[in-house]
Amino acid sequence: MKFSGFKVVKEALTGHKGWTPLWRNPDPKPSYDIVIVGGGGHGLATAFYLAKTFGELKVAVLEKGWLGSGNIGRNTTIIRSNYLLPGNEPFYEFSMKLWENLEQETNFNSMVSQRGIINLIHTDGQRDAYRRRGNAMMLAGAGARLLSRDEVKEMVPFLNFDNARFPIKGGLMQERAGTARHDGVVWGYARGADQRGVDIIQNCEVTGFKIENGKVLGVDTSRGFIGAKKVGVAVAGSSGRVMEKAGMRLPIESHVLQAFVSEGLKPTIPGVITFGAGHFYVSQSDKGGLVFGGDIDGYNSYAQRGNLPVVEDVLEGGMALMPMIGRARLLRSWGGIMDMSMDGSPIIDRTHIDGLYLNAGWCYGGFKATPASGYAFAHLLATGRPHETATAYRLDRFERGYVIDEKGVGAQPNLH
Amino acid sequence: MLIPHPLLGLRDSQEFTYLGDANLMFRPDAAAENAEAAFCDYVFQRDNPAGVHRELWFHEQGDRSWLVVTRDTTTHEILGAELASNVKLGAAE
Repeated sequence: MKFSGFKVVKEALTGHKGWTPLWRNPDPKPSYDIVIVGGGGHGLATAFYLAKTFGELKVAVLEKGWLGSGNIGRNTTIIRSNYLLPGNEPFYEFSMKLWENLEQETNFNSMVSQRGIINLIHTDGQRDAYRRRGNAMMLAGAGARLLSRDEVKEMVPFLNFDNARFPIKGGLMQERAGTARHDGVVWGYARGADQRGVDIIQNCEVTGFKIENGKVLGVDTSRGFIGAKKVGVAVAGSSGRVMEKAGMRLPIESHVLQAFVSEGLKPTIPGVITFGAGHFYVSQSDKGGLVFGGDIDGYNSYAQRGNLPVVEDVLEGGMALMPMIGRARLLRSWGGIMDMSMDGSPIIDRTHIDGLYLNAGWCYGGFKATPASGYAFAHLLATGRPHETATAYRLDRFERGYVIDEKGVGAQPNLH
Repeated sequence: MLIPHPLLGLRDSQEFTYLGDANLMFRPDAAAENAEAAFCDYVFQRDNPAGVHRELWFHEQGDRSWLVVTRDTTTHEILGAELASNVKLGAAE
């Protein structure tokens, strides 16, 4: 079944009887060439590109719960490529280019909306830093524009420009950034992978790895043993507890990050706005809710819910930046579990166990990376070599001293 | 979260700052043969368990003592707290 405007009109006129399920629900086969652990955005994108771009035919995705039940359904849907470091920026720009073509590629409406992102500037030092970042973005082809205070004021007049402590002095704009419908991304990738023969197996928890003589032979699951020549683990948030089953410790702590949405309002925020002084960012969903978030709670957690001190902290940031947010009622808040890597950057690499590959450590930046993460992981699984934009994301970079220190924070700001 | 401080009773977790795994108390020996590998392990690698976790909290806005708090990372339930200095003395004996 192919989606098109014509199909929508035809179904509307014939009683919507022609729609079929988006993917099959197959039983697991005894073995596959490649098994992906984790049916979230990254795992499904990996399977999609394995089947579509790299021609891998015998691929399965194993998901413990239902598709998209983890972080892909718990993020704030922002896509952007405004990074600084050479190890990061080309990768995120590659991701941005995949976002721009995602709907054509998957034939699914992922509601990619390039409304722009503004990182606000509050000090002269910050302006220098953002000018440098903007130049790095332009070198990678991402595009960037330094905005004056007046330009920011014209775009988003409702902000508090004269906050006594953090007045707004300007902003760094990436016009190609924006938001996407997170569930649409999961469903698009799942449907696309399924159409190309990937078995997506839900309610199938991996309980162990079968490893002999340093080589992985398959995975034990709640639905029996499944053999595999290669196993790719993409379970960010739970990487620690899954890789422990393979006897590995990781440079990762799991932390909880909260997000919030207000009641639906009329269109008021044109794109994404980030507060440069506190940890607060906000955008508006297509339904009208203000979607916003802040920093991690700051202690190890697998609980998928946070505590009130951070709720207060985020809302204080919101009030400082845009006082009108105080008139909106908070509809929901929720938490997701982040793989906080020790340098704040991800890992896409092979492990010391032959045939076992790891995609982890996305901190709070995993959603925007979904397409490139899937593509690069598929590239690594299919060819054995890292994708050209992901060569820095090595697992051993910590012991070699090649940390990617984008923000100078990981799980703990004082670690490096 | 309320942390049962062994000297001060129940205190709000907001008075504390968090450091991480309690094993961070035990620095490797810098003069040992395998010091480089041991320090890499110490600085970067974590057990990161889902379940009971022993972790260091610093009572920054209180008596400035370090505590070893035992907490379940899947529920945030706090199972106990002791002075880190006592834990370290106990380990040394």
